[in-house]
Amino acid sequence: MSGDITASAAAMAEALAAGDVTSVELTQAHLDRIAAVDGDVHAFLHVNAGALDAAKAADARRAAGEDVHALTGVPVAIKDVLCTLDMPSTAGSKILEGWVPPYDATTVAKLRAAGLVPLGKTNMDEFAMGSSTEYSAYGATHNPWDLDRIPGGSGGGSAAAVAAFEAPLALGSDTGGSIRQPGAVTGTVGVKPTYGGVSRYGAIALASSLDQVGPVTRTVLDAGLLHDVIGGHDRRDSTSIPDAWPSFADAARAGTRDGAVTGLRIGVISELSQESQGFQPGVLQRFRESLDLLEKQGAEIVEVSAPNFQYAIAAYYLILPAEASSNLAKFDSVRFGLRVGSGTVEDVMSASREAGFGPEVKRRVILGTYALSAGYYDAYYGSAQKVRTLIQRDFSAAFEQADVLSTPSAPTTAFKLGEKVDDPLAMYLNDLTTIPANLAGVPGISLPSGLAPEDGLPAGIQFMAPAREDARLYTVGAALEQSLVDAWGGPLLAKAPALG
Amino acid sequence: MSEITPDVVRHLASLARIGLDEEEIERLTGQLGAIVDAVATVGEVATPDVPATSHPIPLGMVTREDVPGETLTPEEALSGAPERDGDFFKVSSILGEEQ
Repeated sequence: MSGDITASAAAMAEALAAGDVTSVELTQAHLDRIAAVDGDVHAFLHVNAGALDAAKAADARRAAGEDVHALTGVPVAIKDVLCTLDMPSTAGSKILEGWVPPYDATTVAKLRAAGLVPLGKTNMDEFAMGSSTEYSAYGATHNPWDLDRIPGGSGGGSAAAVAAFEAPLALGSDTGGSIRQPGAVTGTVGVKPTYGGVSRYGAIALASSLDQVGPVTRTVLDAGLLHDVIGGHDRRDSTSIPDAWPSFADAARAGTRDGAVTGLRIGVISELSQESQGFQPGVLQRFRESLDLLEKQGAEIVEVSAPNFQYAIAAYYLILPAEASSNLAKFDSVRFGLRVGSGTVEDVMSASREAGFGPEVKRRVILGTYALSAGYYDAYYGSAQKVRTLIQRDFSAAFEQADVLSTPSAPTTAFKLGEKVDDPLAMYLNDLTTIPANLAGVPGISLPSGLAPEDGLPAGIQFMAPAREDARLYTVGAALEQSLVDAWGGPLLAKAPALG
Repeated sequence: MSEITPDVVRHLASLARIGLDEEEIERLTGQLGAIVDAVATVGEVATPDVPATSHPIPLGMVTREDVPGETLTPEEALSGAPERDGDFFKVSSILGEEQ
């Protein structure tokens, strides 16, 4: 191959190692692709002017015979929520327009150290608040499968970039599904690691007890490779788990071996698997077919109940706004960001936040202020924290009966741009299946389960594992992916319409 | 039904330091009312015997050695300042004329 942008990152890494392609060629091929299709897709907010220089440096390291990382020279896109020294970092907000941080996020620094080539920053709902990227202050991203539809959110830019072959790998962040739900609706793979598994240092915080950075890719193995680069303890993040982690790429490779899932107990959550619960029939059909394939490989499908999951969205939309209202207090027009107006510092702050924040951010900050205010704290925020305990207990009970849990990744395929943008409650329901994992801190993966028969759009299947057991997700994910790709006769994205 | 009125929204916006025009206040009053009604369902199961969880994976107190580490230079720290005066962030008056 010479700069085949549709290959997996693992295949690109092999081609680089074999000397069949250089990082400069591969990076240029992706920059050309971005130039050709991003006018339609709008996955990127900023393209890295230094990408080719980084590619040259990667090639030089290989040429010098350095002991490089397997992914050295492979391009990667970075969600704009992550701080980058050499590129603006806006989190999709006008209040940070043009802001270039004085430091790299730890995950970005790790990418650079491993020699990956940053292609640019990807679009997202403002401060990661949304499920469609329509709340980006810089315009929505379009789903490569149908440009009139949403790419999911908040990380729709990263998912669309990977689905449109503008990047083989991307970083995302997942607070209530912002990696997994975009993965589901774009036919890509996304992983929310165990809370604390990947550093949050330099990730512009939305809700600190829920946020987690993770990989966005086209294959399960690629996700494992990227997770291995960005994961591990970081002394700069006090919530970072100090334990050693196994290789997730190895866990993915193990999943493709015969008998990898023999005896694995997969729990189907009865509260999150019925049409009456808001799931699209075709999404459920592909979900059940996927489970059948795993059963044929020797897995055991068991039904489990998680009765308190029905309260997850309510608890989430109290905890998240409460934490966000506190985290976003730093945008005070003093140290960075937009400043408008005159008068006292408070007048300037109010005017700057009025001008700099979009409608969803204002809505959630004000909701969070309400949930935390005296007299309401116990009824709202306090009760939501109790629900969090109940959801953790449901997970514990379910993991007594099953090694991993599974649900569809999102209730429906991609909806039309504009369809839910003025109805916050309808938008919030998109996160039905993904939120419980964030509330409990457990890891989750979404991978494509096929195209829903009624609309021909991608559907996703989610697996969740106990905290710290991310490796199980890669093994079961790779096992299923192998069976599905065999059944489809190639990767699902090969069926996506041509762009440009 | 929730107790979200336009005056409540005005008060919350002032606490959150977000200026809002009348149209936004009206729209938010309806939207926040609907959201608050929906999320209030947490009260159905949040009984007194259930402890609260603030953090999904508690690690206890995390500390580091009390030794000087890498810090931003003044120039780096001020690189995003909307307005500066030498090595200081510059803001408008903290207190009004009456104070």
